[in-house]
Amino acid sequence: MTSSDKQPLLEIDDLEVSFGSGAAAVAAVRGVSFRLMPGERVAVVGESGSGKSTTAHAVLGLLPGTGRVTGGRILLRGEDITHADEKRLRRLRGREVGLVPQDPMANLNPVARVGRQVAETLMAHGVASRREAAARTVELLAEAGLPEPRRRARQYPHEFSGGMRQRVLIAIGLACRPELLIADEPTSALDVTVQQQILDHLDRLTRELGTALLLVTHDLGLAADRADQVIVMSQGRVVEAGPARTVLTDPRHEYTRKLVAAAPSLATARTREAVTVTAPAGRATATAGEGEPARPVLEVDRIAKEYRVRGRGGVLRAVDDVSFTVAEGRTLAIVGESGSGKTTTARMVLGLVPVTSGSIRLGGEDVSGLRGARRRAARRSMQPVFQDPYASLDPMFTVERLISEPLRIFRVGDRASRRARVAELLDHVALPASVAHRYPNELSGGQRQRVAIARALALGPRLVVCDEAVSALDVLVQDQILRLLDTLQRDLGLSYLFISHDLAVVRSIAHDVVVMRHGRVVEQGPVERVLSTPAEPYTRQLLDAIPGSGVLG
Amino acid sequence: MTTAAETPVPALGRSRGRVLRRLARNRMALIGGALLVVVVAAGVFAPWLAPYPPTEVHFSTPFQRPLTVGFALGTDDLGRDLLSRVLHGTRVSLQVGLLSVLLAVVVGVPLGLLSGYWRWLDAVVSRLVDLMLAFPFLIVAVGLAAINGGGLGNAAIALGIAHVPTMVRVVRAETLRFKDSDFVLAAHAMDAGPWRVLGQHVLPNALSTIIVQATVIMPAAVLGEAVLSFLGLGIQPPDPSLGIMLSDAQQYLLRTPWPGVFPGVAIALICLGFNLFGDALRDALDPKSGS
Amino acid sequence: MGRYLLHRLWQSALTLVLASVVVFVGVRALPGDPAQAMAGEEADPATVEAIRAQLGLDRSLPEQYLRFAGQLLSGDLGTSVRTGTPVSDMIGATLPVTLQLAVYAMVIAILLGMSAGVLAAVFRGRWPEWAANGLSLVTLSVPTFWLGILAVLYLSVRLGWFPASGYVSPFEHPLRGLYYLTLPALILGLSHTAVVQRQTRASMVETLTADFVRTARAKGLGRAAVVFRYGLRNSLIVVTTIVGLQLGGLIAGAVVTERIFSLPGIGKLTLDSVFTRDYPVIQAVVLVVTTAYIVINLLVDLLYTVIDPRMRVSGRAR
Repeated sequence: MTSSDKQPLLEIDDLEVSFGSGAAAVAAVRGVSFRLMPGERVAVVGESGSGKSTTAHAVLGLLPGTGRVTGGRILLRGEDITHADEKRLRRLRGREVGLVPQDPMANLNPVARVGRQVAETLMAHGVASRREAAARTVELLAEAGLPEPRRRARQYPHEFSGGMRQRVLIAIGLACRPELLIADEPTSALDVTVQQQILDHLDRLTRELGTALLLVTHDLGLAADRADQVIVMSQGRVVEAGPARTVLTDPRHEYTRKLVAAAPSLATARTREAVTVTAPAGRATATAGEGEPARPVLEVDRIAKEYRVRGRGGVLRAVDDVSFTVAEGRTLAIVGESGSGKTTTARMVLGLVPVTSGSIRLGGEDVSGLRGARRRAARRSMQPVFQDPYASLDPMFTVERLISEPLRIFRVGDRASRRARVAELLDHVALPASVAHRYPNELSGGQRQRVAIARALALGPRLVVCDEAVSALDVLVQDQILRLLDTLQRDLGLSYLFISHDLAVVRSIAHDVVVMRHGRVVEQGPVERVLSTPAEPYTRQLLDAIPGSGVLG
Repeated sequence: MTTAAETPVPALGRSRGRVLRRLARNRMALIGGALLVVVVAAGVFAPWLAPYPPTEVHFSTPFQRPLTVGFALGTDDLGRDLLSRVLHGTRVSLQVGLLSVLLAVVVGVPLGLLSGYWRWLDAVVSRLVDLMLAFPFLIVAVGLAAINGGGLGNAAIALGIAHVPTMVRVVRAETLRFKDSDFVLAAHAMDAGPWRVLGQHVLPNALSTIIVQATVIMPAAVLGEAVLSFLGLGIQPPDPSLGIMLSDAQQYLLRTPWPGVFPGVAIALICLGFNLFGDALRDALDPKSGS
Repeated sequence: MGRYLLHRLWQSALTLVLASVVVFVGVRALPGDPAQAMAGEEADPATVEAIRAQLGLDRSLPEQYLRFAGQLLSGDLGTSVRTGTPVSDMIGATLPVTLQLAVYAMVIAILLGMSAGVLAAVFRGRWPEWAANGLSLVTLSVPTFWLGILAVLYLSVRLGWFPASGYVSPFEHPLRGLYYLTLPALILGLSHTAVVQRQTRASMVETLTADFVRTARAKGLGRAAVVFRYGLRNSLIVVTTIVGLQLGGLIAGAVVTERIFSLPGIGKLTLDSVFTRDYPVIQAVVLVVTTAYIVINLLVDLLYTVIDPRMRVSGRAR
């Protein structure tokens, strides 16, 4: 811990940031205070809307839209920069405070060469002449871990993967050797293993350069892994602050406690226990895997999907020889990073994408090649819940119309009975009957996902395919939806095929797991076995990459 | 409490009530709407509002100044009442505009939906659209006029054809956008067929864009009618048309400007009404522009 | 990229052929018998038949089309019924005038439209945006040919600032030529300013609110650098496509403008031939205009691949 007689690098004192003007102004950040010593690493943690990014942007004087600082002070090395003019801010940005932004796909200019975008920073601050900047850019890109930096500097962003782009953004952020680097969710758009590499690299660079780090993240585990101090924000206020380990192991504020409890990466063991204990007798045997094996609902046998690659005459095997079985009343998770083929697998199961080879049996009947009436029957017993509740509900439909659509398609019941069924389903997913006449955009993300689940249940399916169904949700909401899925499984005897990139979530909900990579199955088996004693190095790697896994042991 | 940076505005969220509220708050929309009401009323009720038949000639009173007794806007070289002619001309402009929009919608919307949905059809429709684009509306009008002579119907057909390609493109883009959306995927998983998906999911979502596009086509077609008639390729004299009135007035404009002013102002007001209202509607429908 | 080029070339060729078929069929659908017309009302049937054979009108339609296409490819556009001169000569004399007018008008539309669009985007919610929006509303709503008439009347006839009509080739007298074309080009250009302006504004706003622009600001770049280096470059891509698509409207507008300012361009030729039912000329003009449209849009698409680096690798990315 740094001694208190040294001057803090960044000091935020009773900061208030508001959006809008006059009477309509709304404070997004209220009374936030903290300090950051030179070389220190501080993480600001919170859910969306907590004001964490707004606080970070206020430091750079880059508040979006109508945002402005309406109270308090921001001091950089003792200098009040709260209302600094544009000239002062331009000197500050990039030179004294660097930024690594959130989404690497959106944060590079698509029509400018990558090298130029790095050199721009150097030239803007007169650190280097045009010629020097070009040479320095190559050094910086190499330093950020970009292979072949000389060639890469001449390329455009669309020729880079997400991880590589993020390395470019790190090179830009550190180009002028700022004393403070603000990293705003620097890896939330990346796969876990890439995330780990990038964060390791960022860690090493900032340590070597002695750069202080202000890390903005929604992930408590990640914060604990990467920061000395953690500041927890909620609804624009700081609710808790302290050394990383203390905040996580001994949270004092109720909100932090809820957050720690809900974070799958930190609290899996507990959730899982609770489920097993309260499970009904019949299910307990199934969970334990003793006695007679549960009846298989879905049997996927050696399916493959090939796509023709345009131009080269080649063939891409997106899914290659994948087999698994989902038993009645159980949850099987497919876990993998982007490009692993997990989503394609789910779509083939749903019959949305035809299989190239192999068979899919639902309740013993082969559904992979079905057409017409029999495919209809198969669809009835299998329904999806998709990732993004904003996108998976038609915005022009009311909730009632959304939930009753499958009933109408399958001509189930009359108007009155369908209405009754909708009410029943809303009750199942713990939504008030009054939402029936609302539109999706009037609901919160969690409520929308409940509506999507209600719709999936409308036809009384045996299998629900959840494609990243909780990935777009905040931690607390995610936890609620996972609990809901669990309750529904026990009450209705549902089986789940659960697609996810998040091993921590998988650990908390699934009985069995299939680990996929590059379209193939790497490893599969019961969750307890695969995730505690993985046989394959890739599974191990995925487990190690879960942020925060080391903190609570 | 959310900030712009942290909560992406949903690309789709919209409900009728909110759009109407936004429109009601927009001053431009109100002005445009009021203008439209006046203009449309003038066109619809022209036969009852006009003091004289539009072609009635008063040889004894040519070139009457505006605000003379009996001729509120004055008369032209043949002593025809300008007010009556402007009212009937407005009616013709609106008729041609409406017919063109209908044609563009009736042909363009299905083509756009189908070509957005089925890839193999897309190639065919795209060629057709390219072909239509290659013939500027004036060329089409020239061709039609050469075959059948001018007239309201031919003008509307030429202008409608001219706007089919943009309508196809707009609807096709919307179809492509929604075709791969999760809610259409969900509909497919419920075994919804292509017609259900297009009719119940894609079309209703694309409707607002289609309406906005129609408000773009309408004033363009009104201007187009004026141009065609001005050139002698559209409405044929002695039928009233704002374009013909301008063409006639050109000869004696230096001496008596008013016959050449009122029709121009009328066209501008019609177009302004649609443009203002269309702009406001687009803003109100755009989820990205404040709430 | 090479594939994309070939694909675009093939598409354009196909559209051209289709266009020629449409024109061919359209002309055959015209009322009246060209052979009878050439021979005159009083001619005896044998003479008419002879002319018919000479024109190849006695053969089957596909045969006639092939003959027609062959003539086109060899540059033979037929002979004017009205004047007896080769149509290619008539087009050769009028096309340059229209092209000069169209290019001049487009330059004006781009300069005016882009500046107004940039101002509106940069000063969002302040008076320059209101002024720019007002301008675009007016130019979209006021019939430009009416503005043209009024301009001739007041600026040329009353004030004598511009010549009211007439044409001087800018190649022979550069300054005088430009001077004669300025008012027509301004009037024609105004009607296309609004489209350029709106697209520029939209793409500037999109770019200036993009994440990568915030990142650029976070590097320490000033607002001006961001507007010009980031915003303008991206909106240039959008404006390029507009130019191609606007061309159809521009040619239509040229017909009116030439009529008002009595310019000896292709628009005047078109109108004259429509009113005299000079079918070979109408047919040729339509073909020339559509060909010009197709070729220019092909060029625009190729230019696109140069301006937008994303296109170089992936072909049409949209």
